[in-house]
Amino acid sequence: MEDLIYFFSFQDPNIRYVAAGSVLLAISSALVGCFTFLKKKALVGDAVAHSVLPGICLAFLLSGNKNPVVLIIGAFITGWLALVLIDFITRSSKIKEDTSIGLILSVFFGIGILLLTMIQHSGNAAQTGLDSFLFGKAAALVGTDLVVFSSISLVLVVVVLLFYKEFALISFDEDFAKSIGFPVRRLELVLTTLTVLAVVTGIQAVGVVLMAAMLITPAAAARFWTDKLSVMLVIAAVFGAVSGISGAFISYTAPAMPTGPWIVLIVSMLALVSFFIAPNKGIFYKLLRQYRIKRRILNENILKLFYQLSEIDADHQRARTLTELQNKRPIRMKSLKKGLRRLHIQGYLSNRDDKWSLTEQGKIKGRRVVKLHRLWEVYLTKYLRIAPDHVHEDADNIEHILTPELERRLESLLEYPENDPHSSAIPYDPNLMNK
Amino acid sequence: MDAIYIITTGSLVAIACGLLGCFLILRKMAMVGDAISHAVLPGIVLAFLISGSRDSFTMLLGAGAIGVLTTFLIEFFHKKGGLQSDASIGVTFTWLFALGVILISVYAGEVDLDQDCVLYGEIAYVPLDLWIGSNGIIYGPRSLYISGVVLVVIILFITLGYKELHLTTFDPAFASAIGISTSLWHYLLMSAVSLTTVSSFESVGAILVVALLIAPPATAYLLTANFKKMLWITVALSILTSATGYYLAVYLDGSIAGAMSTMAGLFFALAFIFSPVDGLIAKRRRQLYETSKN
Repeated sequence: MEDLIYFFSFQDPNIRYVAAGSVLLAISSALVGCFTFLKKKALVGDAVAHSVLPGICLAFLLSGNKNPVVLIIGAFITGWLALVLIDFITRSSKIKEDTSIGLILSVFFGIGILLLTMIQHSGNAAQTGLDSFLFGKAAALVGTDLVVFSSISLVLVVVVLLFYKEFALISFDEDFAKSIGFPVRRLELVLTTLTVLAVVTGIQAVGVVLMAAMLITPAAAARFWTDKLSVMLVIAAVFGAVSGISGAFISYTAPAMPTGPWIVLIVSMLALVSFFIAPNKGIFYKLLRQYRIKRRILNENILKLFYQLSEIDADHQRARTLTELQNKRPIRMKSLKKGLRRLHIQGYLSNRDDKWSLTEQGKIKGRRVVKLHRLWEVYLTKYLRIAPDHVHEDADNIEHILTPELERRLESLLEYPENDPHSSAIPYDPNLMNK
Repeated sequence: MDAIYIITTGSLVAIACGLLGCFLILRKMAMVGDAISHAVLPGIVLAFLISGSRDSFTMLLGAGAIGVLTTFLIEFFHKKGGLQSDASIGVTFTWLFALGVILISVYAGEVDLDQDCVLYGEIAYVPLDLWIGSNGIIYGPRSLYISGVVLVVIILFITLGYKELHLTTFDPAFASAIGISTSLWHYLLMSAVSLTTVSSFESVGAILVVALLIAPPATAYLLTANFKKMLWITVALSILTSATGYYLAVYLDGSIAGAMSTMAGLFFALAFIFSPVDGLIAKRRRQLYETSKN
């Protein structure tokens, strides 16, 4: 707890730098990640992240020191090379994109591991800490490292904001962008360069193994909250920032802990919560909507059933037993009972001695469903020339969906037909008909 | 003797991975294989913590179950959540892998596992971990037996289910028309992949397993258009990868698993350029021939 207060009071300048650096890194990769996400290139980010490892090792082998600028250049080169190779393999052979991504990712990473273990076994004293690029170490973000990595992140953020409109266009509608004369190829080049740069800067805090998550996860989480790109970028940046600063905190309190996994775990938790509870797109909300639709369909089917029964014996007030209903149309007993109770509460049915009858309100509603069903059957036979014995099932579905506007259009288009293809009368509202 | 033990273990692991990889890449599921191999990590660590040892079959089963769970989660987020499939893969495996690494760090004292093992396995120590019978007879390295048993299981799975696997891979519509459940075989294949990645974990680590799953089958795919031949070529390539990888690692004094992936990549590059069927050179020649004919 003391650590927490001390850390978040930001009195220690070191803590300030580490925290600011991690947040900046996380934000820049979250922003770039939004565009790779929208372009459906999320896993390419994973490949790039793994592929920078041999670059870092080669740069170290050639230069003999851990100067961040040199390492970044090395990482950048192999990251780029990986992208070019994936594209080349996919375009010029029968190998599919997912295979070439996985291939390049694992082979480059393997080469990186081979080089890294070689360097470790060579006994070179300067190499200690090189392996922190694997799982990240936010606390190491001090001195020149901090300056270099933060400046690149800043550049990334600025470029994304400058090219906001262009990137948005090529992410959503590449063909349109081409047709109005956008330099699409060049813009994509800028975007891929940004992706590689985002990976390269993130590795100090998150590490190469899990860097992909910093590109994919904030964007995926943000997508559940909004349909607007600008809002999505802001939400992704916030998620990134939260996880970045938590990573810095963990790295500060538990120096032995790798930072990357913690940052990723935190951002993933934010994402999982988003997947479930986000309004409109969240899984809970979707399930709720499905449940409501099911309930409405059941309600309408029951009312329709009552109306059809009352058509047969021409008695709309007659009370009916469960068995009577079941004989006309089998509905699962449990759902039927539940539906009846619900309709009773809503005032569409009245209930006496375990017998149920339509109220005036229920009669109107049931009549409408029956009318829509039969109108649709007429429409299908008349306009789409479908055989009368093939139209019933489709009408069973559409009767719950047709809106009042469509209902009116259908009525006037068909000129208020009297009978459906099976020669049952189509019931209209008698009050309206008199007018 | 050590070299033979290591190369044999490596070959057994590589063949099991490669055979399954052939199905994966043709089903366009290479990245799902990648995801599973990462995601089984927390399962392995938890099984360690619970059972306290490495060599229990419960561990294989437990971690295998997590692999299947991963496939399920990926599909759940994709279908129920409407998340695009590449992002669904990316989110799912990264957080499970992160969880695994954290568990290892937190229980560092109790779990005989470290980050290095996660990254590139411990195939070099295979000859040290011997299986000693109750009467003191040394039967040889334990990993050798484990990977041997897993390979036998995988071969049995593929030969017994060959028709179903083949049909659901190449013609899923026809397969379901004649009553083969595509989703059942999908999950069976995923279980097999999980089992293999878990058993390979000790030898080559969670990430480099992907190289063995994808690279040899992709190479074989460039060399033939016949699926059975592709399986055989994969087997040969897997053995070759294991042997050459070992000697490269010895020569450079580096990780054996890393060197195996490097060699697998090199073989792919060779096939990509020189394959008589689909190689760059063959294609260029054909092009030249076509243009000269016109």
